[in-house]
Amino acid sequence: MTSTVGRREGRDARSLPSVVIRFAGDSGDGMQVTGDRFTTESAILGNDFVTLPNFPAEIRAPAGTLAGVSAFQVHIADHDILTPGDAPSVLVAMNPAALRANVADMAPGGVVIVNSDAFDERSLAKAGYASNPLEDGTLSGHRVYEVPMTSLTLEACKPTGAKPRDAERSKNFFALGLLSWMYQRPLDSALEFVATRYATRPLVVEANSLALRAGWNFGETAELFESSYRVPPRELAPGTYTNVTGNTALAWGLIAAARLAGLPLFLGSYPITPASDVLHELAKQKHFGVRTFQAEDEIAGAGAALGAAFGGALGVTTTSGPGIDLKSETIGLAVSLELPLVVVDIQRGGPSTGLPTKTEQADLLHVMYGRHGEAPVPVVAASSPAHCFEAAIEAARIAIRYRTPVYLLSDGYLANGSEPWRLPELSELAPIDPAFATPPARAGDGEGTGEFEPYARDPETLARPWAPPGTSGLEHRLGGLERHDLTGDVSYDPANHEKMVRLRAERISRIASSIPEVEVDDPGTPGGGPSPLLVLGWGSTYGAITAAVRRVRARGLSVASAHLVHLNPFPPNLGEVLRRYGRVLVPENNLGHLARLVRAEFLVDAIPFGKVAGVPFRVGEIERAIVDQLGGAGSGEAGS
Amino acid sequence: MSAAGPGVPATSRKDWASDQEVRWCPGCGDYSILAAVQTLLPELGVARERTVFVSGIGCAARFPYYMSTYGMHTIHGRAPAIATGLALSRPDLDVWVVTGDGDALSIGGNHLVHALRRNVNMTILLFNNQIYGLTKGQFSPTSELGKVTKSTPFGSLDRPFNPIALALGAEATFVARTHDMDRRHMMEVFRRAHDHKGAALVEVYQNCNVFNDGAFEQVTGRAAREEMLVPLEHGQPIRFGADLHKGVVLRADGRLEIVEVADVGESALLVHDERREDPGIAFLLAHLARGPFEPTPIGVFRAVERPDYGSLVDAQIDEVRRRKGDGDLAELLRSGTTWSVGEPAS
Repeated sequence: MTSTVGRREGRDARSLPSVVIRFAGDSGDGMQVTGDRFTTESAILGNDFVTLPNFPAEIRAPAGTLAGVSAFQVHIADHDILTPGDAPSVLVAMNPAALRANVADMAPGGVVIVNSDAFDERSLAKAGYASNPLEDGTLSGHRVYEVPMTSLTLEACKPTGAKPRDAERSKNFFALGLLSWMYQRPLDSALEFVATRYATRPLVVEANSLALRAGWNFGETAELFESSYRVPPRELAPGTYTNVTGNTALAWGLIAAARLAGLPLFLGSYPITPASDVLHELAKQKHFGVRTFQAEDEIAGAGAALGAAFGGALGVTTTSGPGIDLKSETIGLAVSLELPLVVVDIQRGGPSTGLPTKTEQADLLHVMYGRHGEAPVPVVAASSPAHCFEAAIEAARIAIRYRTPVYLLSDGYLANGSEPWRLPELSELAPIDPAFATPPARAGDGEGTGEFEPYARDPETLARPWAPPGTSGLEHRLGGLERHDLTGDVSYDPANHEKMVRLRAERISRIASSIPEVEVDDPGTPGGGPSPLLVLGWGSTYGAITAAVRRVRARGLSVASAHLVHLNPFPPNLGEVLRRYGRVLVPENNLGHLARLVRAEFLVDAIPFGKVAGVPFRVGEIERAIVDQLGGAGSGEAGS
Repeated sequence: MSAAGPGVPATSRKDWASDQEVRWCPGCGDYSILAAVQTLLPELGVARERTVFVSGIGCAARFPYYMSTYGMHTIHGRAPAIATGLALSRPDLDVWVVTGDGDALSIGGNHLVHALRRNVNMTILLFNNQIYGLTKGQFSPTSELGKVTKSTPFGSLDRPFNPIALALGAEATFVARTHDMDRRHMMEVFRRAHDHKGAALVEVYQNCNVFNDGAFEQVTGRAAREEMLVPLEHGQPIRFGADLHKGVVLRADGRLEIVEVADVGESALLVHDERREDPGIAFLLAHLARGPFEPTPIGVFRAVERPDYGSLVDAQIDEVRRRKGDGDLAELLRSGTTWSVGEPAS
């Protein structure tokens, strides 16, 4: 029965440059797995892709309700793409609630594939439909395919003898099989995944495999679909690629950083959405010598990481916004102790518990300023799921070299979203020198006392010596009380305090000399001058901003863009860059944090463009904002 | 002089003192505890550079500054958490935590009980003076009910914690009590706590002569001690008082009672067993006195062997390494689905 699987015969496939597909169902329907496998199949075919999972905070909200809908959007293309797509052109809806929650997002004239078995009166009522949308014309703007997925799955799984209640659970693999046929993705990797993932449950392997094939064969043989589609592979730089989420890349980046520095990695953490996966990933990697400590609370997670840093480890703590609130006191202590510490904030919707599973960038000002006293902390932000790897190494580099806590910002979109990642040459990553203090330490200026001075500074970086316990002659006491410059003894001297405050600030600002200049992407005006508008972004808006800028240029307009990885300190040339442009637009998933920072720092009239809906920007939203800034001109609508 | 371990140079008390001026109030009980620790350390056979004192906030928390070892004076209540990270990442170190009743039992209560239940290898000295000293005299979580202080002018309404009972409730593997008026006893208890593998909690009755003077006078005062302190000695019947005329018996209804030995005979007395797995009887002993005004047990309440947390963490890492081999980063990056893109045809 497998002869047709993975092969296209008969009707011709139509070629598409890209497609945006959203799988939606109940949170127990397995939509995340379905979307993830479809992505993997596409990756193996060589497509570019970006994904956007979207799921409720409740583990199992009441079945069939809008609150319980879980969705996974994937954008696949034969060219370089940057976002999960503004509007799906294909929606797979496993029940009425999934349809209702998602159909409004669709592009006009899209394809809706529904599990028609789920459209009974009770389910329609649960979703809040007064009448059946499959019959009342609601979907007239779309091409609708009604597929009785539940009954076809049950039929396909009969040979296994599984109870209908169990067999029914395989219907997401039926949907995956059908979509795999539609877009000509071979089933091999999905079948292999099923065999591995459910290896301990042979009945489940059999049922899911049968459902996968049944879905494929249904597409092939039912006269329902006029054709299937081909999304040809993208031309990519040569190399080995993998599909990686931001949280996985970040965890791997931390392991890489520890290796580059030759330090043991210690993670102190407390479970919190959407950061827990970093803890999970690192907990699996004990054979790298990684110590993961699930603490009693957020405070202890940060405290243990700082204690480990005192002991000479790369100390890391991971959390999301509410955890940052709790860790702030410990981070202030790290500022005073001048010890390396990486604090990872996977931002989510706030304030308070807010939107645990949704994305936002509204912690920037908090990590910049959310400590008492003058307590500057460097901030690094990842701009894509794969970039989380590099950003983690950069955060660790700054922390170790400058003996300071460093914030590493990611967010819910990067954490769970994925993209293809060309694996780096590990030998090309720069080593990080922990430069531990050695006895006898530098003697005080000219005195040559031979006494270790824990706050004597490197003249270039102003970093103090890092002297983990274990070396005779380097015994010293650190603490949160103000320290004497040089000796590190407690000091209440007014002049010393002022000096220390300024030294700590100066040390952080000197980091700028070790970071790359911000690159501006500006083809300029036809006349050869700089574009009239610079779009400045940071973090996960990178994809949407870059795609929007491309679209605006396709309209014949001139616009420049720049994206920040370092938020504190800023790249050394940022002020000069900003002053080059008449206007600066700053799209952010907040109400204007970066806009405020650059206004304050550079006296530039940056225009904030905020979105705080718990979901990333659509390309079109930024495109419109740019065009508005450019006076609404343009040579017509651009293609996507 | 010292009974130093192999390779550890002999030291004396002054080698363990830092050059910092000690700034506790004159007459503070902290001085005698500091002296006891500095006198003990040369006898322990440990190296200065492998010794770390970690503290939180409060009068007691200044302790690390007066030691010539490595030290961290951290933030209020968090010393056990910070010390946990240090102890786990550096199993070769001797980690001491110095804390007070407010630091350990109020703001840091959570960290204390979790360090104890995990059995992290550290020695925790809890200076209990039943008052907030550094903030100048508010009641603490160990102050007696009805305590009149600046923040409770009409008397406190809070029932106090019993630190020993709390530690036993967390199933700490080593729980002891001593007091600042008896250096020899302190040193013996600190030595036992230090030598214990795992988390050791020592409550030290400590007099705050400025804000709560004489809080323990009724039991630790020179004249009172003999009749009011009940020394716990492993394997011995629990007896105290002049000529050991009093003793403790365990009644059939589960209560402890103080009796005249002459009335019941020595064989009826409770024999102290610090190694008893079940902390129940130790818990009864913790409640023998309702406060430091009734006969109060001192010494080691409980000392049981259980693997310390750090050893378990390391053993797990070793086990996974044995099974999987040393981690290979290039392999890790390729652990998901990968695909290759070749050089484009030219």
